[in-house]
Amino acid sequence: MKKLLILSSAIILSLSAFTTGDGDKIPSANVKKLDGSATNSNTFKNDGKPMIISFWATWCKPCKKELDAINEEYAELVKETGVKLIAISIDDARSSGKVVTDVKVKGWTYEVYIDENQDFKRAMNVNNVPHTFLVNGDGEIVWSHNSYAEGDEEKLFENVRKLAKGEKLAH
Amino acid sequence: MSIKSTTRLLFIFSICLFYRTSNAQLKDELGAIHGNFQIDAANYQRDTIIGTPELEGKTFRYNAFGNINYQKGGFSAGVRFESYNPPMLGFLDGYKGSGVPYRFARYQHKDIDITVGNFYEQFGSGITLRAYENRGLLYDNALDGMRVIFTPKKGIVLKGLVGKQRTYFSLSEGVVRGVDGEVNLMELFDSILGKSKTKVILGGSFVSKYQQDQSPTLVLPENVGNSAGRLTIIRGGFNFNAEYAYKINDPSYENKNSYKEGQAIIASTSYGTDGFSIMLSGKMIDNMSFKSNRDMQTPTINLINYQPDFSKFHTYSLMAYYPYATQPNGEVGGTGEIQYKFKKGTLLGGKYGMDITINGSSYYALDTTGLNQSQDSIRHLKYSTNYGNVGEKYYHDFNIEITKKLSKKLKITLMYANQFFNQSLVRFGTPNKEEHPDVSSHIGVLDITWRYKTGSSIRFETQGFFGEYDYKEHKYDANGDKNITSNTGSWISGLIEWTPTTHWSITVADQYNYNNPVEIKRVHYYFGMIGYTNGPTRVSISYGRQREGVFCAGGVCRQVPSSSGLTLSISSSF
Repeated sequence: MKKLLILSSAIILSLSAFTTGDGDKIPSANVKKLDGSATNSNTFKNDGKPMIISFWATWCKPCKKELDAINEEYAELVKETGVKLIAISIDDARSSGKVVTDVKVKGWTYEVYIDENQDFKRAMNVNNVPHTFLVNGDGEIVWSHNSYAEGDEEKLFENVRKLAKGEKLAH
Repeated sequence: MSIKSTTRLLFIFSICLFYRTSNAQLKDELGAIHGNFQIDAANYQRDTIIGTPELEGKTFRYNAFGNINYQKGGFSAGVRFESYNPPMLGFLDGYKGSGVPYRFARYQHKDIDITVGNFYEQFGSGITLRAYENRGLLYDNALDGMRVIFTPKKGIVLKGLVGKQRTYFSLSEGVVRGVDGEVNLMELFDSILGKSKTKVILGGSFVSKYQQDQSPTLVLPENVGNSAGRLTIIRGGFNFNAEYAYKINDPSYENKNSYKEGQAIIASTSYGTDGFSIMLSGKMIDNMSFKSNRDMQTPTINLINYQPDFSKFHTYSLMAYYPYATQPNGEVGGTGEIQYKFKKGTLLGGKYGMDITINGSSYYALDTTGLNQSQDSIRHLKYSTNYGNVGEKYYHDFNIEITKKLSKKLKITLMYANQFFNQSLVRFGTPNKEEHPDVSSHIGVLDITWRYKTGSSIRFETQGFFGEYDYKEHKYDANGDKNITSNTGSWISGLIEWTPTTHWSITVADQYNYNNPVEIKRVHYYFGMIGYTNGPTRVSISYGRQREGVFCAGGVCRQVPSSSGLTLSISSSF
């Protein structure tokens, strides 16, 4: 028990010093498009506008809730800020066949890729899904968030608007 | 983890931190350092009622890992430190210890991609090769060796690899070598076919393992080859995938030293359009277990390939009470799913629309005939397969899920499933149905989310598992107690998850085994958790009893073992 306390306090202390997304570029990793063709994450671009990169899976309820919640405002947000959402499915061979049907039936207009070998997930240091990143107009990762709670999308929209105006994000 | 190693870990993190906050221009020249870590620690208490295992004084257990990765341009390198001292309940004891089982260096430049050290890879559906990690399950069969991916021309991807598999904190005895090629016809013949709406992708792979024959009695194949061919056709919302695999004779502990060849045929097809989708998949797999150590008895260790499983991956705990996985020595069956979205403004859709998903799966044993010694004295096949028929039923699952948003604040999910589970064969590998009766079950779920203001919500969930077991009458043991090992009767559960702000979540839950045939086992599995999320960091503390299974709370889904006690979980990335 004592060990547990020491361990947790040490970790929490060290954690408080960490920040994410301090402006590094998107790392390069192999992913698949929905049409089966191979591509690389270094091709993700949005002409100087911000991008949302969201890791999800067909079996992950909170992920789908988040993407649905974003979808309700997405068309407006795109018009306003020019943002593009890139949805990265980490489904493995068991469920990767369901990615395309889920996307179609949900009517998501996001750019969707399958990270079946989890190369990109590892390169982005994602532990659990959902995990959402924000990339600024210069292609730098400036913010990230793990898990989804109802209403989290509001903070995301606010940050996207700030990025579109070229403002810096507070952590 | 001792205090010394904790200090050491913190020291490493501080260096990274110092580096990360240093001059941006310097960093551009020197490259980027990133990483993540997760620690799950538990202090268990003995709980004889739910039958937690004997802990022998080791009540404090943890699983921890940390990755540090470096990237500059096309070059990347990384290490992962892992520590399980001892591993948490439900994980393999073989992982006990600490070390750096994963380190790699990779260089990607134009058409070439080279990795030395550890790597993960998958060929096609994984039936010939899948080196894969799932940290929540503590499944990790990374290869340690070298991999080259070569893209000579747009539309062609060639892969070659050689390595040994991770086995806990050491490596497997056998060596794995493999090649894979994939051709995207439309990309390759861009000038003629580039405008075609139909995409055709062809692929093939060959994987061979080498392990010395040290058997005093049998003559074993030292090199075993497993090859497969695959085809993908995509046109608009239509998708078709098929793969056929053939493995030469590969006697092993798993297949009881059968010298029969292995075969698999896997196919799936789907069609999706706005608001509607249909998916069908089927497979026949016979003797395709492929391990780098033929004597390995632990099912999840030293697996080279993956035998795809299409059954629905349930996340509601009672829906997943009897989860199914592909049977290693063979099975035949299929899964189908239809999804439909009732549009806004229709009769059933109402103001916000309604989603409905109907899913069904059925899996059977292969129809086999055992061969006796006189018939089988030369080839030692042990059995023959009658491909036209199916054998005993393993599993079925028919379920329907309806999700409807009633108002801006209220969302409701209703789900029903009918499942059948052949416990004796699927879980215990014995035909003894008296001890491990077949289970038929009706399962219901009601899940309501009430978003009472922006960023604040309450989720209420209730589930019921109503099981019917064959062989209701059981023998009595020496104490005169009814000897029922695998009949747990029925369950009900309730959960309330309060998210006062988007940072915090508080969960209380109870699962009640209300009509277990053994009266003293009619127990409550109470559980409470407080979770805190800030950016990429998540901390949670929970207390209570936990059944094994997939557990989703506070917005994250993870696989958890059975236990009783206090658990702390921290994860972050930087």
